[in-house]
Amino acid sequence: MQRFAQLIERMDATTSTNEKVQALTDYFELAPESDKLWTIALLSHRRPKRSLRTTDLKAWAAEEANIPFWLFDECHHIVGDLSEAIALVVPGDTNTDTGPLSEHIELVIALKQFDEAERHARVVDMWKRLDRIGRFVFNKLITGGFRIGVSQKLMVRALSKHTGVAEDELAHQLMGNWDPQSTSFHDLVNDRDGGTVRSRPYPFCLAYAVEVEVGTLGDPSEWIAEHKWDGIRGQLIVRDGELYVWSRGEELVTDKYPEYAVLRDALPNGTVLDGEILPWRDDMPLPFQLLQTRIGRKTVSQRALKEAPVALVAYDLLEWEGNDLRSESLAARRALLKELVQKIDLPVLRLSEEVGFTSWNELADERDRSREKRSEGLMIKRRDSEYHVGRKKGDWWKWKVDALTIDGVLLYAQRGHGRRADLYTDFTFAVWKGEELVPFAKAYSGLTDIEMKKVDAYVKANTKERFGPVRSVVPKLVFEIAFEGIGLSPRHKSGVALRFPRIHRWRTDKPIEEANSLQDLMDLIDARAKAAK
Amino acid sequence: MSLIDFTPNGMHVAAAGVHIDPWRAVDRAIITHAHSDHARAGMGSYLCQTQSVPILKHRLGNDIVVEGIPYGEVREVNGVRFSFHPAGHVIGSAQVRVEHKGEVWVASGDYKTTDDGITPPFEPVRCNTFITECTFGLPVYTWESQNIIFKEINEWWRANAAVGITSIISAYSLGKAQRVIANVDPSIGPILTHGAVEACNVAIKAAGVPLPHTIQLTPNTEKQLIKGALVVAPGSAMGTPWANKLRPFSTASASGWMQIRGWRRRSGVDRGFALSDHADWPGLNAAVKATGAQRVIATHGYTHQFSRWLNEQGIEATTEETAFTGDEAVTATETEGSS
Repeated sequence: MQRFAQLIERMDATTSTNEKVQALTDYFELAPESDKLWTIALLSHRRPKRSLRTTDLKAWAAEEANIPFWLFDECHHIVGDLSEAIALVVPGDTNTDTGPLSEHIELVIALKQFDEAERHARVVDMWKRLDRIGRFVFNKLITGGFRIGVSQKLMVRALSKHTGVAEDELAHQLMGNWDPQSTSFHDLVNDRDGGTVRSRPYPFCLAYAVEVEVGTLGDPSEWIAEHKWDGIRGQLIVRDGELYVWSRGEELVTDKYPEYAVLRDALPNGTVLDGEILPWRDDMPLPFQLLQTRIGRKTVSQRALKEAPVALVAYDLLEWEGNDLRSESLAARRALLKELVQKIDLPVLRLSEEVGFTSWNELADERDRSREKRSEGLMIKRRDSEYHVGRKKGDWWKWKVDALTIDGVLLYAQRGHGRRADLYTDFTFAVWKGEELVPFAKAYSGLTDIEMKKVDAYVKANTKERFGPVRSVVPKLVFEIAFEGIGLSPRHKSGVALRFPRIHRWRTDKPIEEANSLQDLMDLIDARAKAAK
Repeated sequence: MSLIDFTPNGMHVAAAGVHIDPWRAVDRAIITHAHSDHARAGMGSYLCQTQSVPILKHRLGNDIVVEGIPYGEVREVNGVRFSFHPAGHVIGSAQVRVEHKGEVWVASGDYKTTDDGITPPFEPVRCNTFITECTFGLPVYTWESQNIIFKEINEWWRANAAVGITSIISAYSLGKAQRVIANVDPSIGPILTHGAVEACNVAIKAAGVPLPHTIQLTPNTEKQLIKGALVVAPGSAMGTPWANKLRPFSTASASGWMQIRGWRRRSGVDRGFALSDHADWPGLNAAVKATGAQRVIATHGYTHQFSRWLNEQGIEATTEETAFTGDEAVTATETEGSS
């Protein structure tokens, strides 16, 4: 545990990517196999499930620190991170614990079998045996919220340096279902048994946003364009008579989309498709909000199946007849895919149609029509490109339509968490409904550090009321809010829900009277609904 | 009227016609220490602890009317007895004891209860009413010992020096900078200073406090000397062209705010060392207890939380707004004079 805590401390202490990779590589060189395995699991979001209630943890910490509960709450809010707040207030620092990381994780997993009193005793005992950084890391493990500033990509790079196995190969090895409790480090980085290989997805190929004039990409005939669908990226696998559906977040979601079950028999074994999980009716995708009602539910209701039926809009074929096609050209992969989709001929499997174009201007016109087709813009892919592992620049580009924008008035502010603890950075914005300001969006990103400080100072100096961590402020500041989509929503006070709202810019030039109205938002919805018809 | 009132000019001792750390121009000011939020320009006259005199002159100009008296010496004004007592915050920092008709108040100014090796350590003073700062008045602020922090600073510097990188540490030029200079391991390499820090060094040496050898960084400083050196600079110099000339470097900040991971990350430095010249939570509580005060007034920092806590402990406590910084609006890069 000490070694792992030191690793976290070392990675935390630097902003340099190279140093983070070096810290990880050094760690892999020294750590025992089981610790390496757990470290890989934690850094690839395979953490043990949370086994404790946070209210219990808070109460235990307050008790150990000998402070009232309200004071612990204040500490928690200022620090912005529960694990850290506990680590700071609970006395201990003796650091008598020398066990490996795996031992602590085993304890974390075992916690759920204990009764309340035993759990309490075990956790407090561990707090006392660790120093501050150790306590922080242990708390991260028991609260199941293990997020530190190192991406899976960096971890794979370090692991590659350590093992000598190529990065792309490792990235593939680490995909899919594997359990740190039953896998060995050797099997994980080398080859795994057939049972896990069968369901294992390929690492997704990701695109960058277009940074330059598309015209500079060269000859249009070297490129394939298609719409960028607003759904959930997924990989559909049929191997050995079994069907697996993976989301981009490497979550196995097969059971959430029973519509795809027919594909188990329809597709030949050894087929892997890359595409978009989309709510679809007739010849159009349905609004993303409808799909959202299905996400997060364990079982899909009959009603959801009726109201938001999904299709897979496929855009790539990664495996065919058991062969990995990723190094073939996109043109060749798409030709096979097209043939396959036509042959299967099921409404649940659709081809993401190619957008034909002979000039970049022509393509720009098509991009302007994206909202009518309920797409977010276009994808531009090089015709002869292979299917890369992860994000590589040059072959795949996303060319999204410009965001929708509305000017809103700052109405409520809340202190940020974590990195932004102690600054008012989470805002609620409102639009006019007659003489009244109605909240319509929450956003917390988009301001520069300097602007953030200014807004923070404004909030502190112009607070009207406090509701716990939230303050209402004198309406005066106007911000342009950008978002990707908008729909009706009975759950929101304003009656509308936005997709990906963020602060586009601070309109210091606008008085609040010139902010937009709720009617303007409704008009946006109407305009889009009409366009879709 | 109380012995000390909080007025728009600052803390006012009406019986003596004197203000303590006033934030607007008044005739007679008693100054706890030379940081800019406590010692402002424009006062008719200044009274401070002896060692503060050269520092105050350095900050406010040689032409100010200033008088210094040693710790413990009593100055009587209109029957009100004033004396200075070590606050342990920075060189020359003092708590002000005010006694009138058998009633005793103490205004703490800024203070810390641990010994930093160069500042005369804090001495609790018995009183009826204790006016205390509480910049770090929350239990999460419990400092590691200075030895541990300097061990970390030395390790960071040593590792950088080993690969020929300059270590730049941001520390408030008056107080924190000298504390760093006096406590790091000088065998690792040369200690270079920013002009603002070196000027404070001169003032502090004039106050009779010896400091280890430092070299002021100038455009003529040899490249070879900078490599592997520790550069002590105020926070305002970080990220400026002045600092960028020192590349390749690693940056650090020495401040109590560095206790919190979020602040550390937001400060934009590579390393944050939680080294504070303010009392931590146990320090504040110990200080309040040691004064024996029946009443506490919390002035700047987490005042609401600290006073509520004291009230629950059976100590009557209230809060007063002041112009002293160190409140929640202060960010990691703006902790000059308060961290």
